[in-house]
Amino acid sequence: MTKRNMLLVALLAACLPGIIAWADEPKRGGTLVMSVQNTPRHLNPAVQSGIATGEPGTQLFASPLRYDEGWNPQPYLAQSWAVAEDGLSVTLNLVKGATFHDGHPITSEDVAFSVETVKANHPFKSMFEPVERVDTPDAHTAVLRLSRPHPALMLAMSSQLLPIIPQHVYGDGQDPKTHPQNSENVVGSGPFKLVEYKRDQHIILERYEDFFIPNRPYLDKIVMRIIKDGSARTIALDNEQVHVSGFEELPRDLLRLRKNADLNVSGEGYAAIGSIVWLAFNTQQGKTADKRVRQAIAYAVDRDFILQAIMLQTARAAKTGIHPGSPFYDDSVNGYDVDIDKANRILDEAGYARGDNGVRFALTVDFGWESVKAYAEYLKPQLKKIGIDVTVRASADFPSWAKRISNHEFDMTIDNVFNWGDPVIGVHRTYSSDNIKKGVIWSNTQQYANPRVDELMKLAGATYDIGARKRHYAEFQQILADELPIYSLYASPYHTVANTTVGNPPNSIWGTCAPLDRVYLKN
Amino acid sequence: MDFCSTLAKRIGFGLLLLFAVLVLNFSLITIAPGDIADTIAGVMGGANEQVLAEIRARYGLDQPFHLQLWRYLSAVAVFDLGYSYYFNTPVTTLILEKLPATLLLVFSAQIVAIIVGTLLGVLAAKKPNGAVSLVVTFLSLFGFAAPVFWTGILLIILLVSVFPVFPVGGMTDVTIEGGFFIQSLDLLHHLCLPTVTLASIFLALYSRHARASMLEVLGADYIRTARAKGVPEHGVLYKHALKNALGPVVTVAGLQFSAVISGAVVVETVFSWPGLGTLALQSILARDTPTIMGILFFSSFVVILFNILTDITLRAIDPRIKSG
Repeated sequence: MTKRNMLLVALLAACLPGIIAWADEPKRGGTLVMSVQNTPRHLNPAVQSGIATGEPGTQLFASPLRYDEGWNPQPYLAQSWAVAEDGLSVTLNLVKGATFHDGHPITSEDVAFSVETVKANHPFKSMFEPVERVDTPDAHTAVLRLSRPHPALMLAMSSQLLPIIPQHVYGDGQDPKTHPQNSENVVGSGPFKLVEYKRDQHIILERYEDFFIPNRPYLDKIVMRIIKDGSARTIALDNEQVHVSGFEELPRDLLRLRKNADLNVSGEGYAAIGSIVWLAFNTQQGKTADKRVRQAIAYAVDRDFILQAIMLQTARAAKTGIHPGSPFYDDSVNGYDVDIDKANRILDEAGYARGDNGVRFALTVDFGWESVKAYAEYLKPQLKKIGIDVTVRASADFPSWAKRISNHEFDMTIDNVFNWGDPVIGVHRTYSSDNIKKGVIWSNTQQYANPRVDELMKLAGATYDIGARKRHYAEFQQILADELPIYSLYASPYHTVANTTVGNPPNSIWGTCAPLDRVYLKN
Repeated sequence: MDFCSTLAKRIGFGLLLLFAVLVLNFSLITIAPGDIADTIAGVMGGANEQVLAEIRARYGLDQPFHLQLWRYLSAVAVFDLGYSYYFNTPVTTLILEKLPATLLLVFSAQIVAIIVGTLLGVLAAKKPNGAVSLVVTFLSLFGFAAPVFWTGILLIILLVSVFPVFPVGGMTDVTIEGGFFIQSLDLLHHLCLPTVTLASIFLALYSRHARASMLEVLGADYIRTARAKGVPEHGVLYKHALKNALGPVVTVAGLQFSAVISGAVVVETVFSWPGLGTLALQSILARDTPTIMGILFFSSFVVILFNILTDITLRAIDPRIKSG
C-alpha cells in the first residue's frame, strides 16, 4: 500500500463513524402503520394482561423501568432506583416534570396507586404479592416495602406489567376493571396518547408533545390496524399498506416475507414474553404418571423433525420451560434427542409388554387451537413406533380445551405457556406444588409435586444475586428434565417484520409490547 | 281471511319463533363446556382461582341455569340485551356500532346480486340454448358451488396480491385524509371485493330463477299478443315479461335474507370487515353469551321481519295472492 492510499484509508476511517451517524440520524414526523392481531378488551394494562392490550398499552402508559436487549434494566419513568441492603425495599426516583396526557404531574402517589391497582386486579399475583406498601416521602420518590426479597420486581416494573396510571382518573371510586376510561378518553403517561379506538378496526395514537423524554417520540402518529388473518397481514406488509407487524409466527408467512427485499424480518427479542410450546403430561393419573413412560415418549418425539418440517427452521429449540433467550436458561440439560430403540427399551424394562397387535397401551393427546394441531397429529404415528396407541382429541374451542385440561381430564396435551419476564411470574406456576388448582388453566395442571423443586423456586425467587439465581434455576431445570412433567419443544418463533423505511424497528425483550418512542420513518 | 288478521297471525308466530330461538340458543351455549372466565384467563395469559371466581360471580355464571335463563329472558322482554362480558360494553351499543357495516355489505351484495342476476337470467332466457345462456349458467353455478371464503381468498390473491388494485381488508384507510367525497370513495374501494364475493353466491339463485320464470312467462299468450301487435323485442322482454317474471325472484330474495346474513359472517371474516359477522365469530369463540344472544336475537328478528315484508311485497306485486 502506498503512503497516499494509506492516508486515504485513514481519512475514510476517520469519517466513517460520522457518515454512519449521519445515516442513522432519526427523523421526526410521519405516521407509522402497524398491524396488530387481536382486538384488545380494553387498553389499560393495569387490569388486563396479554399481548393485545400490551401493544397499544405500552405506548399509552409508561412504566418505571424499561429493558435493553441484554435484559438490563434502563431508566424510564424512574431516572434511578436502588435496592436496599436487606433487599426489603426498592426506592424509585421519578423523572421530574413528567406529566400525564391531561397535563397533571406524575407523582409518587400515582406510582403507589398504580402498584395497588395492579396488585389488586392483575391476574399475575406473583408480581407484587410481596409488596406490603408503597411509601411516598416526596412527590418524586416512591419506596416499595417488601415482606421478603423479591428480584422479580424489577421485570414486573417494566413494559405492560406496571403501567403508571393517574390516580385522579382511575382512582375515582369506580371499579378499575370496568372503568369507562379503559377504552376511550384514556389518560396515559406514555409517549403516545389515544386519538381513537374502534373495535376490530384500528387504534390511532398520536405523539404526546410533553412526553418526559425530550424530543421523543419521533413519530407523529401510530395507526394500529387490527388484522386477524395471517395471510392478510402478509399481503399488507408486501404491498406496503402496513409498515410494521410484531408477533408474526406462522412459518409459511415468515418464509414468504423473508423473500421480500423491502422487509426486515427479525426474530430478535420477545425473550421476556417467553412463549414456549410443549407437551404436558398428567403426572398423577394413568400411564403418564410413570416417569419412565414420560421419558420414553420424550425419546420417541423428534424435536428436530418438528423444527425442520413443521416449523420450517423458523423456531428455536427449547429444552426446558424457561425461554432459551433468558439468562436463566440451562442448555446443558438432557434434551432427549430422538432414540426410538432407547424408548422401546425403557418401556420393555418398565414392564409394559407389547400385546398381540404390537400395542403396549393407549393414551390420548389434546390440543386446544388450530396452530398446534400438527404436533398432536404427529404424535400418533411417532408413538406407534414404541407401541403406544395415541388418540388425538380435538376441542371445539379454547374454553372447552381449558375446561378439560384444568380439571385434569387428560393424559397428554400440547400447550403453549408464556414466561412473562422473570421466572417467578410465568415459570413457577407450572411446577409449584401449591399451585395445583382444579379449574384454573395454566396452573400446575400436570399436578407435579417435588419438595426440592419447590425449595429451589423459593430460593431463586428470594435473592437478587444473579449468580445464585442461575445456580438454583440450573438445578431446577436439571431435575425437571429428568422427571419431565412437561417436555419442551420450542420457543414460539415471534418475529418483527418491518419495512426497510422504518428506523430502529422494535427489538426489545418484550417485542412490540414496549414503547416505540425510538422508532422513526426514514422518508 | 283478511289481510290484517293474517298479518297479526304472522307477527304472533314470529314472536313465538323469537322466544324459541332465545331459549334454545341460551341452553346450547350454557351446555357447552367452559365459559367466559376461561376465555378471559386465556387472553390474559393465565389467572388464579380468585380472579376466575370473581369473574363468574360478577356475571352471575355461578347461579343455576334456570335462574340465568329467567334473568336473561326477563331482561330481553324489556329490550335490555345485557352487558358484554368480553368487551365491557352494553350489547346494544356493540350491535349498533357494528350494524351499519353489515347492513351496508348485505344490502350492496343483495342489490348487486338481484340486478345483475336478474339481467343475466333475462339474457339467458332470450336464447335458452345459446352460448350466452350456457356461460351464465356455468358462471352462476360456479359462484353458487364455490365456498364463499374460497371465492373471497381467490379474489384477494388475484386483485390484492398479484394485481394490487384493492386494499387488503377493513372498511376504511385511516391514513387517508380528505373530505366526505374522498372518504366515501375510499369506503367504496374497500366495499368492492366483499360485495362481489357475497353477491357471487346469490347471483346463481337469482339468475336461475329469473331465467326459469322468464321462460315460463315468454310462452304465455299475452306475450304472443304483444309480439303480434308489434311491440319491439326489448319492450316485450323488459316491460311485459319481466314484470310478471319478477314474483319468484322477490320471494327468493326475501327468503334468502337470512342466508345473506350468514354469508356475511364468512365474508366479513375473510375481509376483516368490521361488522356483526366479525363480532359474532369473536363472541362465540370468547363464549361471550350476552353478545352471542344479542346478535342471534337481532338477526332472527331481522329475518322474521323480512319474511313478513316479503309477504306484503308479493301482495303488492301480484294482487291475486290473498292469503299466505
